[in-house]
Amino acid sequence: MLEWPPWDEVASILMLRDYNTRIVVIGASLLGLGGGVIGTFMLLRKRALMSDVISHATLPGIGFAFLIMTAAGGTGKSLAGLLIGALISGTIGMGAVLLIRAQTRLKEDAVLGVVLSVFFGLGVVIMRIIQNTDMGHAAGLESFIYGKTASMLASDVYWIAIAAAIITAICALLYKEFELLCFDQDFAGSLGWRVHLMDAMMMGLVVAITVIGLQAVGLILIIALLIIPPAAARFWTHHLLQMLMISAFIGAASCLLGSLASALPPRLNGESMRLPAGATIVVFAAAFFLVSMVFGTAHGMLRRWIERFSLSRKISQQHLLRMLYEAHHGETAQRVSDPTPLSVCLPRDFLLENSTWSSGQLHGILAALRRKGEIKEPGGNMFCLTESGIRTAARVVRNHRLWEVYLVRYADIAPFHVDYSADQIEHVLGDELVAGLDRVLQSDHPGLVIPESPHPLPYGAASSAPTVGTSS
Amino acid sequence: MNWMMIDTWTVIAGMLSALSCALLGNFLVLRRMSLMGDAISHAVLPGLAIAFFVTGTRDSFPMFLGASVVGVATAVFTQWISHFGKVEEGAAMGVVFTTLFAIGLILIVHAADHVDLDPGCVLYGTLALTPLNTTTVWGFDVPRVVVSLGAVLALNAITLSLLYKEFKISAFDPDLSTTLGIHSGLMHYLLMGLVAVTTVASFESVGSILVIAMLIVPGAAAFMFTDRLPVMIGLSLVIAVLCAGFGHLGAIVVPGWFGFEGTSTSSAGMMAVVAGLIFVVAVVAAPRYGIVTKFVHRWQISMTILREDILGLIYRLEEHDVTGPTVVPGMLKDAMGVNQLYSKFSLWSLARAGQLRRKDDGAYRITSDGRDSARLLVRSHRLWETYLHHHLHLAPDHVHPTAEQLEHITDARMREELEVDTDQPSKDPHGREIPRT
Repeated sequence: MLEWPPWDEVASILMLRDYNTRIVVIGASLLGLGGGVIGTFMLLRKRALMSDVISHATLPGIGFAFLIMTAAGGTGKSLAGLLIGALISGTIGMGAVLLIRAQTRLKEDAVLGVVLSVFFGLGVVIMRIIQNTDMGHAAGLESFIYGKTASMLASDVYWIAIAAAIITAICALLYKEFELLCFDQDFAGSLGWRVHLMDAMMMGLVVAITVIGLQAVGLILIIALLIIPPAAARFWTHHLLQMLMISAFIGAASCLLGSLASALPPRLNGESMRLPAGATIVVFAAAFFLVSMVFGTAHGMLRRWIERFSLSRKISQQHLLRMLYEAHHGETAQRVSDPTPLSVCLPRDFLLENSTWSSGQLHGILAALRRKGEIKEPGGNMFCLTESGIRTAARVVRNHRLWEVYLVRYADIAPFHVDYSADQIEHVLGDELVAGLDRVLQSDHPGLVIPESPHPLPYGAASSAPTVGTSS
Repeated sequence: MNWMMIDTWTVIAGMLSALSCALLGNFLVLRRMSLMGDAISHAVLPGLAIAFFVTGTRDSFPMFLGASVVGVATAVFTQWISHFGKVEEGAAMGVVFTTLFAIGLILIVHAADHVDLDPGCVLYGTLALTPLNTTTVWGFDVPRVVVSLGAVLALNAITLSLLYKEFKISAFDPDLSTTLGIHSGLMHYLLMGLVAVTTVASFESVGSILVIAMLIVPGAAAFMFTDRLPVMIGLSLVIAVLCAGFGHLGAIVVPGWFGFEGTSTSSAGMMAVVAGLIFVVAVVAAPRYGIVTKFVHRWQISMTILREDILGLIYRLEEHDVTGPTVVPGMLKDAMGVNQLYSKFSLWSLARAGQLRRKDDGAYRITSDGRDSARLLVRSHRLWETYLHHHLHLAPDHVHPTAEQLEHITDARMREELEVDTDQPSKDPHGREIPRT
């Protein structure tokens, strides 16, 4: 039986009445915010996995710092000391990546993998020495790997708050510089900016947030806070500033929800489930990512799917209109002075035979066109263009033929080959392009609205079409 | 230090795991998917946990199965997210493996109430405990891990040798392999499947650090040495064996060097460190691609150019009616901006080659050998100037810098072609005579 915690408890947690909860929730949210901001730049620079390397590379530093502090006579558990160790070795790891990548023939991924695994291996070696020499008080070091969100202290939160504030401030100050660095590094260099310095500063911020976050969520899950929120934010917008804000929001929100959920775990069979906060935060972030990937308004799968679907519907409808129109006017050209043609009709069977649509698809297309008032069905399975249908169809045919003329004249494509590529492009020709094509046409044939088809139509001209005539 | 049977088995287990990983690693490095090993080894955690929940035991086989399935799923999810979501591949990988790892952590913490299933043992492995759990093969007591790792090594070796051609071509040129009818996507997932199986089999004994290190480092180090795939594979296997042996040795011995006598450390971690050291050696000193090698090569070229320029300088001095010109190291600083040390060295080496002769007062004079090579060099220079002026229509005052560079890479054949193209001129665009050979 899944059981939710009692209301009193929920209320007290949600109102942050409990001191511990308050500390944890505030700290985690700030961390998520900072990670979301700097992670955005990393993602755009295609450096997402750099944070993976940096976080793994901090481990030997933590171990060394502990050994040195112990040797110096301390307990070895001074947080500041450990974090400085982490900072140094994280920076060395990052430097190693940059150096090896610049100096050897190895590709980025291999360099990242080598540095990551060797540094982490070294870290484990040192950690094991610490454990085996029975320094007794070394147990807390493990928390750097898995995190200990739930037992965050007020002092941790101060650190995180300061780091998040500094990161946000630097990103705001250097917004223009970072933006250009992400999108056009060479241009930034050509403006005389010191690209390497800015790059180093950006990476420095990543090292900082990683080191601070180690305490809270551990070195594997801090990666998630730097990668998942920006990747999710990318689905919602094309603007950097908006992406930064959305990413910071998603980071903060998943940390908030994750730490709250871990503070009030649901009960399974009367036994309280243990939800490690770091992992829960990542699962919430992943949920945000999944929702964004599907529903995102800029890049989301749903939006792209709908766009593709509506485009293919529009194309089918225009093809049908063109078919009706061409069955009447055939391959002939049309001049401005020509009278508007009378209604054109074709039987359903003819449409079905001369196209690749299935019966069901054809039905759908016809129904949609009827709703738009482009065609009408006088009965007897006949379909006729209406006045507005004729205008639309004439425009499509015109675009098609204009493009064919252009291809034959300028791209030196044989008349028999132009139909197919014109078929694809007629639907997406913009007004300006049509105007340009029209100028080309007018210089050759003044007064011509629709040029004649350079090739015979696949389903024959007007004369061979079965029923073409007027409908009352 | 006491070397015992236990140590031998530990090294063997480490070695088998390292060999299986290194075999696959070559292809991961070539396909630029090194980090997939990292991702998969983190992501199998939920597979282990789910297998435990379903079967309720810590039996090897269901765990193995569960982890392998999730391992392949990691590759598939990464592909999906980067394809359908248009997310950069690295970021997609990051999203997938951190999420799966988090889910795994939650499940395992839950399971840990009932059984000793600890994320730590996934990360670090328990290589030291390897020999304790034995099984009997043909009457011998062999650790169970050695048997399973041996089986995985055999699986990898057989698959790769049967499909060697296919793996090779899809690693270097996926498009060509598709046009040849070899499904490169299928090869990708097959490789991912092998990586997952290897990762999972290695977990228990050596932990994920060693897996990641052995998947990437031997292949990457071997890649620094050679351009040929069979050599690369062979080298990576040698490196893997070295890592396993020296890694375990180091784990026992090295802590003593730093004042921790009688303490041993993680063999798996130390193997990764040894791999790192080997990698550093490869990066620095590999023939042809090593950093030092490249540096030395560049330096040699620049010294050759300097020596040729010195000969050219003397030749031009003679042209200006300086009879029997001599050169002292200090002169070169004014004429060419070369520092004292380089000047001395290059003059010394020219003298050694018999192109200059050192006189008693320390100055150098050109020999007839030296004059011959100088004449060829100046001839090349002036032919190039003529060529650039006539064929590329560069103004006479613009041709010198380019000719100055080209003269050093012009061999006899190229000189002949230049002569033909420029109609055997006797004067260069500046009006100076072009020396005859």
